[in-house]
Amino acid sequence: MDTTGSGAAPARGGGQNGERASRVDAGQTPLAQPNGNGVLLDVRRLTKFFPIRRGLLRRTVGHIRAVDDVSFDLRQGETLALVGESGSGKTTTARCIVRAVAPTSGEILLRTDAGKVADVAALPRRALRPLRTQVQMIFQDPRSSLNPRLTVADIVGEPLLVNGLRSREERTERVQELLRLVALPTQYMNRFPHAFSGGQRQRIGIARALALNPGLIVADEPVSALDVSVQAQILNLLLDLQERLGLTYLFVSHDLSVVKHVSDRVAVMYVGQMVELTDTERIFRSPKHPYTSALLAAIPAPDPRARKAREPLPGEVANPAEPPSGCYFHPRCRYATDQCRTERPVWEEIAPGHHVRCHRAAELSLPGAADL
Amino acid sequence: MPPTPTADQTEPDVPARGRGERPLLSVRNLKTSFFADEGTVVAVDGVSFDVHPSQTMGIVGETGCGKSVTARSILRIVEPPGRIVEGEILLDQGGTAVDLVGLPEDGRELQAVRGGDIALVFQEPMASFSPVHTIGNQITEAVRLHSPANKKEALDRAAELLRLVGVPRAKERLDEYPWQLSGGLQQRAMIAMALAGEPRLLIADEPTTALDVTTQAQILDLLRDLQERTGMAIILITHDLGVIAEMADDVVVMYLGRAVEEAPVDALFHAPRHPYTKALLRSIPSIHAAARSRLPIIAGSVPHPYERPRGCPFHPRCTHAIPGTCDESMPEEQSSNGHRVSCHLTSVTVTTAGASAADEAVS
Repeated sequence: MDTTGSGAAPARGGGQNGERASRVDAGQTPLAQPNGNGVLLDVRRLTKFFPIRRGLLRRTVGHIRAVDDVSFDLRQGETLALVGESGSGKTTTARCIVRAVAPTSGEILLRTDAGKVADVAALPRRALRPLRTQVQMIFQDPRSSLNPRLTVADIVGEPLLVNGLRSREERTERVQELLRLVALPTQYMNRFPHAFSGGQRQRIGIARALALNPGLIVADEPVSALDVSVQAQILNLLLDLQERLGLTYLFVSHDLSVVKHVSDRVAVMYVGQMVELTDTERIFRSPKHPYTSALLAAIPAPDPRARKAREPLPGEVANPAEPPSGCYFHPRCRYATDQCRTERPVWEEIAPGHHVRCHRAAELSLPGAADL
Repeated sequence: MPPTPTADQTEPDVPARGRGERPLLSVRNLKTSFFADEGTVVAVDGVSFDVHPSQTMGIVGETGCGKSVTARSILRIVEPPGRIVEGEILLDQGGTAVDLVGLPEDGRELQAVRGGDIALVFQEPMASFSPVHTIGNQITEAVRLHSPANKKEALDRAAELLRLVGVPRAKERLDEYPWQLSGGLQQRAMIAMALAGEPRLLIADEPTTALDVTTQAQILDLLRDLQERTGMAIILITHDLGVIAEMADDVVVMYLGRAVEEAPVDALFHAPRHPYTKALLRSIPSIHAAARSRLPIIAGSVPHPYERPRGCPFHPRCTHAIPGTCDESMPEEQSSNGHRVSCHLTSVTVTTAGASAADEAVS
């Protein structure tokens, strides 16, 4: 837990801006305070709706609410995990932050290297390049995210070239440095991606992401396509790099077990909304949203003696084009009341640093990891 | 459920699991290779195991370990340039063991086995469904292939099968196309189709890998329930040791085409003997770990299939490899109490004292 290195990664797991209310009252910007509470990214009421078009005239007949009023912050040097099943909006949220897609509304406030605050959500396309040097992405499938026709030197060197490092020697030197950083032998730099194993390719992807010294890395399911024996290597590498370089991670994953090993805080998403967000130990020990608890219970325990007669969570993830009334989770929730069926729960802070979107969060005592 | 050792008539290469029952399927020394222009890939290299009625055999391994090719070999659907080079696949048919390897390709006997005695479900449901025919059409076709039912009867049976696997509004679904269903329902529909021939053995190849964790729990629950009701045997192929722990009675661990360890599920998880199994178990992420705790790693990665190491396939990644032994010769298989392991470290001696000494060396 306490991995704070040479002063590079403060504020880990602490609750110093726990007093800040969930929906961030307009006016005061914590980011604006110089080095204040170490918030690197502040996402406020982010939404992304994709239009559903039908017919000859491609008229918009509805919207998929992929990201639906999501607010959270990221502190300098921490890892926040964004967890959810397919259709939860976790990947779209991540893609909004790197501006691979333009948000429908909301703010994405990023503290820039110059100490200023930029609203990434509002930046015009042509102004995005400076952002790219500060925020980089690691993808799930290193097979499809690396150009098969380029050598490793070209793949890792490309961001350097694009950003003005013209000298070939300097580029080569930097590429070698990056490959050493991710523990890839530098003599492989003139090979093509297909010559590498899945784990090595993911290392190449990480080296490329680090090329421009970004402060924030958005990692979208970075170990999901890897073998178990290689998964651990990459997770440990990500932890090492964070300590050495003071990186901040937004770690998108469907796998709560993986998340336990890398994150300081965990945010759980369901049908475009964030339903729970708090410190890693706390969310695993005493989840406050029934969906979080159900997710934990659904993970098969790697121990045959822990087999249990459990009731799988019924039903399926709701359709984000036609979300249910009230709480989006109520059709699958065993604790649902009439209020849950009719009234939308709000995102509220039930304890310092613990946000939940559930009408019954305060009264329910739900099974956590230790009860499984 | 726990194996009760009765009269142990151990054969040299296949240990009797001692269930007092004839195995439904007995795979013996199976070898399947792919003969490509670039070279030969030995995908399955001498694998043996038994599957008993009402039991689930888990086959676990990483990329390129040969678990899927083993499944395809059993059904004789290995595609060229691959073919079964050696071994027997003995299917019990009313007391006589029929060797599937010896049956003529595309003959009637083999067709009756495929989808009849043995059915297969895949990771990707759309791999077994055609997108241009309705679910009803496809399941009735499967029903009529294995029974003399007429169209009406087959349609009723299809609806019944969909209900059996928990598809809501089963009758209406018959007129829908596979792509109109969610991933979880597609998986259920594929299982329904696999059940059409009332198989005695269901081979499930990564049946839940593409699914969300809550849907996975539902499908695993369904498979258990179906097994209880029908008594069918299941071969469950997966890379996920959690799924194995949840489902399997016995487990085969594969690495680079070899079965490196086979054991009853409890022994495999609580008294593993092969260094690969041990390392694999240690490297699983767990919700019970401390937050931000580093996992023990296995160095290196699975070698490219053209670059099979000499000797024990795991030796380049094994922290206990003995130079001159592990990199020279293939370890012999050792067997005791239904626990088989192929490792030089454990084969030093099989006496109890020797075995525990070797265990210490490995753990």
